[in-house]
Amino acid sequence: MLKNYFKIAIAVLRRRKFFTFISLFGISFTLMVLMVLTAFIDKVGNSNYPDKKRSRCLYVLNLEMQGTKNGYSSRGPHSFYFLDHYAGSLKTPEKIAISSMFDFSSAYVNNKKVAINQKYTNAAYWDVLDYDFLEGKPFNQQQVTNAERVVVISEDIKIAYFGNVPSVVGKYIEADNIKYRVTGVVKNVPITQFMMYGDMYLPYTLSKSDYKTNKGFNGNFSAVLLAKSADDLPKMKKEYADMVARIPVKNKDFDHIYSFADTYFVSMVRTLLGDGNNSGVKAVTIGLGIFVLLFMLLPTINLVNINITRIMERSSEIGVRKAFGASSRTLVYQFIIENIILTLLGGIIGIALSMVVMLLINNAGLIANLDLKINYVVLGCSLLVCLLFGLLSGVYPAWRMSRLNVVNALKAQ
Amino acid sequence: MIRLQNIEKVYRTDTIQTLALNSINLQVEKGEFLSIMGPSGCGKSTLLNIMGLLDMPSNGSINIGSQSTANFSDKQLAKFRNKMLGFIFQSYHLINDLQVLDNVELPLLYRDTTAKERKALATEALAKVGLSNRLKHFPTQLSGGQRQRVAIARAIVGKPQIILADEPTGNLDSAMGNEIMDILLQLNRDEGTTIVMVTHDENMAKKTHRLVRLFDGSQVQ
Repeated sequence: MLKNYFKIAIAVLRRRKFFTFISLFGISFTLMVLMVLTAFIDKVGNSNYPDKKRSRCLYVLNLEMQGTKNGYSSRGPHSFYFLDHYAGSLKTPEKIAISSMFDFSSAYVNNKKVAINQKYTNAAYWDVLDYDFLEGKPFNQQQVTNAERVVVISEDIKIAYFGNVPSVVGKYIEADNIKYRVTGVVKNVPITQFMMYGDMYLPYTLSKSDYKTNKGFNGNFSAVLLAKSADDLPKMKKEYADMVARIPVKNKDFDHIYSFADTYFVSMVRTLLGDGNNSGVKAVTIGLGIFVLLFMLLPTINLVNINITRIMERSSEIGVRKAFGASSRTLVYQFIIENIILTLLGGIIGIALSMVVMLLINNAGLIANLDLKINYVVLGCSLLVCLLFGLLSGVYPAWRMSRLNVVNALKAQ
Repeated sequence: MIRLQNIEKVYRTDTIQTLALNSINLQVEKGEFLSIMGPSGCGKSTLLNIMGLLDMPSNGSINIGSQSTANFSDKQLAKFRNKMLGFIFQSYHLINDLQVLDNVELPLLYRDTTAKERKALATEALAKVGLSNRLKHFPTQLSGGQRQRVAIARAIVGKPQIILADEPTGNLDSAMGNEIMDILLQLNRDEGTTIVMVTHDENMAKKTHRLVRLFDGSQVQ
């Protein structure tokens, strides 16, 4: 019987090619967008190079100060002083990586400008994060303390500045008229890892910002707190929150400080949508949920409409099947199976399309070092979603069809 | 084989009530070939549909094979039709997307049969109507007469006890119509199949065992 249904399903698809195209396009396009978006979110959100210990890290990104009486507010990264002095006093973290947002500088090679994204870090940065060193090693605490002009560079900058040479460790790179000795070369970091992305990594003691005398709270730095184990995260989070609550606000314009040590996802959302104590996660979760629901609901409704039209065109066939012994339930089953075949076909096309689109995005180089990959869990879920599509968009039309009176159905040609 | 008692069929809209069948009492014996004739709109097809359990009477009772179908559910009716009845329609009602063999197998899909059994029975039925060489054709590749023969094969593949034919030769020329009639007569004679046929053709009707005439929903002969 399934073979018969399959034959009929394929024959119906071939009968009205335009309707089939619309149905398949709706399903495959929806799936493609979901797969590409998920691959992107997966790349940004999940543990990824060099942030491989994400499961036991908390992230300190933005500091917000508010004046409840005057309505003033200030928001931005922390100062080095705040992170070093206050976060550095915590007992729970095993290590704390402090780094600046990336800054811009320039180097010149054969009179050609090479743009460089520069980042200042502490020594513990290299212990918390897991950069792949293609050669050499990171700078150490001694070199940071001594403000030695040493640097770790990315493989792209190595090639852009030095060319295709075997090793550059010990060589000098000049940026903004300052020479730095290369201690290591690391594998490129995709820009989607914006906290860790950089072309050149330097000791924070070489930073142009006045980290020594700036005892304020705002600056250009963020921190990653590494716990001994994932179980310590709640304790570390609480310790950080308690620490922030004790900080005296010295600025006369503000009376509240908001600074949080969050998981990666929450810290990202808070950066974009947070306000005071509200991290914005709830809004994002609800928003995402509504988006995904609508995104999937619209093609489902589209399919339902198309299916109703198609089924009504087959009234005569329905009448004949009923006359010869098909019960309403059997017919509903038949049409749902036909619909599932259609949606699975659309799903396969969607998966193929998403592979092509990911390849194009990866090769276009629009986002530096972005390497989108198919997430096989999402792939499996997507196929399940297709089955669900097939079921949902087939049930109502099939039910409508099964209610058709046999005599009236046979009269329709 | 078939017993209809006081069958009435009323069609109601918001404003009009139409009595399509008026107190029809009819008995069809096992192995009988009955014709039903009458002018257009007299209720012939309605009567046939009610006999075939495709439509429900407004009043009256139906007994088929000594079984009353009054309280049958949709599922029970479907199963009963599949087992006891075969249908032949004026417009053939073949499924154009399926090959001839698949069309003939259709009634067997709703029984507990294997694919091998279905194929064997369908091939046998097509052989009876002389279409063994058209198994893989599609209905659109056949003539009217051939399509009707496929429809007959479909009607008999499940070996039903009763065949209901609604103007089976209505869309055919006289030569093809005679061919179809010969097949039905042979089925009735050799297999003992009870056949009830609605027809406009007096010549066809004369070949059957008995003729019933309807006029304005009532039986007049």
